[in-house]
Amino acid sequence: MTNTIGCIEKADVILITGSNTTENHPVISSYVKRAVTFKGARLIVVDPRRIKIADFANLWLRPNLGTDVAWLNGMMHVIIEEELYAKEYVEKRTVGFDELRRTVEKYTPDYVEAITGIPGERLVEAARMYAGAKAASILYCMGITQHTTGTDNVKSLANLAMLCGNLGIEGGGVNPLRGQNNVQGACDMGGLPDVYTGYQKVVDPEARKKMEEAWGVENLPDQPGLKVTEMLPRAHEGELKALYIVGENPLVSDPDLNHAEASLKNLDLLVVQDIFLTETARIADVVLPSACFAEKDGTFSNTERRVQRIRKALDPPGEAREDWQIICDLSGRMGYSMSYADASEIMDEIARLTPSYAGISYDRIDKVGLHWPCPTPEHPGTPILHVDMFASGKGVFYGIDWIAPAESTDEEYPLYLTTGRVLYQYHTGTMTMKSEGLVDRAPECFVEISPQDAKAYGLQDGDMVRIASRRGSIEARISVSEKAVNGTVFIPFHYAKAAANRLTNAALDPIAKIPEFKVCAVRLAKVA
Amino acid sequence: MPSEHKITINGNPLTFESGETILEVARRHSIDIPTLCFLKGATPTGACRMCVVEVAGADRLLPACATQAVDDMVVQTESPQVVEARRVILQLLMASGNHNCAIRGGDSASWTEFQLQVQQADGAEELCPVWGDCRLQDLAYRYQVTGQDMPHTEARYPMETVNPFIVRDFSRCINCGRCVQACNEIQVNNAIDFGYRSADSKIVTPGDRPLRDSDCVFCGECVQACPVGALVEKDARYVARPWEEKKVRTTCTYCGVGCQLYLHVMDDKVVRVTGVPDTPPNYGRLCVKGRFGYSFINSEERLTKPLVRKNGELQEAGWDEALDLVAQKLGSIKDAHGPDSIGVLSSARVSNEENYVIQKFARAVLKTNSVDHCARL
Ligand code: SF4
Ligand code: SF4
Ligand code: SF4
Repeated sequence: MTNTIGCIEKADVILITGSNTTENHPVISSYVKRAVTFKGARLIVVDPRRIKIADFANLWLRPNLGTDVAWLNGMMHVIIEEELYAKEYVEKRTVGFDELRRTVEKYTPDYVEAITGIPGERLVEAARMYAGAKAASILYCMGITQHTTGTDNVKSLANLAMLCGNLGIEGGGVNPLRGQNNVQGACDMGGLPDVYTGYQKVVDPEARKKMEEAWGVENLPDQPGLKVTEMLPRAHEGELKALYIVGENPLVSDPDLNHAEASLKNLDLLVVQDIFLTETARIADVVLPSACFAEKDGTFSNTERRVQRIRKALDPPGEAREDWQIICDLSGRMGYSMSYADASEIMDEIARLTPSYAGISYDRIDKVGLHWPCPTPEHPGTPILHVDMFASGKGVFYGIDWIAPAESTDEEYPLYLTTGRVLYQYHTGTMTMKSEGLVDRAPECFVEISPQDAKAYGLQDGDMVRIASRRGSIEARISVSEKAVNGTVFIPFHYAKAAANRLTNAALDPIAKIPEFKVCAVRLAKVA
Repeated sequence: MPSEHKITINGNPLTFESGETILEVARRHSIDIPTLCFLKGATPTGACRMCVVEVAGADRLLPACATQAVDDMVVQTESPQVVEARRVILQLLMASGNHNCAIRGGDSASWTEFQLQVQQADGAEELCPVWGDCRLQDLAYRYQVTGQDMPHTEARYPMETVNPFIVRDFSRCINCGRCVQACNEIQVNNAIDFGYRSADSKIVTPGDRPLRDSDCVFCGECVQACPVGALVEKDARYVARPWEEKKVRTTCTYCGVGCQLYLHVMDDKVVRVTGVPDTPPNYGRLCVKGRFGYSFINSEERLTKPLVRKNGELQEAGWDEALDLVAQKLGSIKDAHGPDSIGVLSSARVSNEENYVIQKFARAVLKTNSVDHCARL
């Protein structure tokens, strides 16, 4: 997030898109609901489903799946046309405005309505509301990123925020809500193929040299490696021979599971380090038992870039060990010694090598976490990014055209499917399925469908259906719900037994390589 | 610049900011005015009247939580009149419903009878499930009152136990309304409110249905707010007693909000989870996953030994055997096919320190940049 979670209550207008906030980030949703209920903030929700947070909205816009760039361009069209944008901010702090203006020129409310299904006057209303705010905050999640145009979507949100001067101010910002506890940290720590810690690029000779010296090695690879969504196809082709997986379960979370399974089975060596025998671990050659968060010291970085402590409360079960200890042990056996007395020593090494974490130590974050960038031990941390300047100088507008999703409906597959999460389950369910209470509240997969569609298909709540896409099929029960809109069904992806990702499309965003989980075409039929 | 506003509490001259209540000024200066219904972050209701204080010139006692400090105000927080008022309130509360902690008192015969009745209602052989962790009990002790001088009023509504997370025990409810504020003002789930009138008063969902059939999302904010034993985590009820627990502060392991929470540990098991108050990012709030989704930690299904595939089956092995095998295979694959034939997936589930070590291993030892995690998925 460019801003903090607390900052949400300072916004005059909040725009939520592609985030089922009350179910996926419940505590953040409480900030939004408080802002709207008690502080007079206005809320715009743009989402294909009538999700719970829409009950609190002044405006709920319902776009067709995969049309985000179009409605965002449409809002900017209105804002520029009516001269509601932050002229001084745009002039002083940004470049590329003319390119943006040219691109959004044709996105008139009528044109946008034809693509998105959002009535023109509602779009205009939303544009005026957003642009009229002193501070407007944008919150988004996977509903924006999990598209073949995910990168475009995110850039378009940044365009909109900059256009109205909402970056770098209290109550503003473009705020991605991270799905998993330490996604932010995994990225910050260089768990990415093109960067070391703190986003220092592997292609940068200086950065490489720094790491080589610090680690006492030579010839670190100088080209970016493979992204996860590229690794599996390579495994399928036989080019990737070994995969070492820590704490992930791609056999439920991957798009196009049938393909993923074949890919993993094609490896010469699959090692899985996890706390449970997950679907992925079951097909591994070696499984290594690890400690869970309650059994170790360390830090997580939350979605607002706040580095916070985790602390050991229990011993790990049996012979399970902390993940870093396992890796260090293995590394030693491969001839490279890594030894740390404890997690805090690792953090000290991270701080030495990472400018944005340089001021962070366990002492400083004992009571309250710090927001990076935190460049020195005296620095108070950075709750709001881009206050006086963008990291790279001026903010850049990108003129981005709308591109249709990779798959659309046709006669054979007449319904759209979108996937997501439910409140009571988490990711692939390895942890939440162990709680009787959570399972009791959300026991099994379901297909959410609108009352009209249900009627058209002759379906009733609880009916078993077979739902199929071009890639596979699953069976699940029908849940008739007002949340769904006509023509689109929703399935949560948590459930291995009826894994929604047997259906989803592995088509990737060309830059972020994120699969298009949020749109594919399906058909459904009642199971006799 | 220090504030110019002055107030005198218990003879101490203190400064305050305009808009502050007497309660806020007192607490900021470590003067303890007791409260039951006051909930930080929500509108003060003044419902319980525990926080009444004597203000010079006022013709009656005023609730400190809802009375703003005014220049030159003179306040007494523990005058005999104040103490007497608090004692009466506490006695009435202690005499109503099933407050069967030792504080309740009563002569030994009726105590035993009462205790047996309550234990039967509770299905337990112990004192109240929050004995030792109860505001009412603390205050009754502080003001040395029991319930014995007031006529006992029976509980009107049966216990609700039909959801997996929360037991609602109306026999111990003091109608302070903190749960209602926690639900409607802190979490804004709007699932519960006051229902019925005066003596029949009860905290209800719309239509007085059980929580599981309401808008309740089991965030447990109401449980955390309840000052007595009326709302208790089901799995911790009669299991966890505060003096037997160790509280460890940590960060939630589920979503990216990073809520700060306490794991309450007893006999090497997590027995309940509470939010860390007054601390960002969550200021005590949690959701159902963070508060109630902890049973995986002590699950029987946890992996406890390395497994190695032999004859097509995963079989238990020692660490040396498993790690030597991995080291040898990774080495030979790297030699035969080059570093880019190996991929590593680190994890959004593990710590920063571990992610760091994993990518360092991939880059420095395996010599590949093919390290990623599943955030895209
Ligand atoms: S658990 Fe949460 S939603 Fe349910 S009644 Fe309590 S505060 Fe409200
Ligand atoms: S349930 Fe607890 S918090 Fe709610 S009114 Fe009763 S005593 Fe107060
Ligand atoms: S308690 Fe809920 S909202 Fe908070 S971090 Fe955990 S899962 Fe997220």
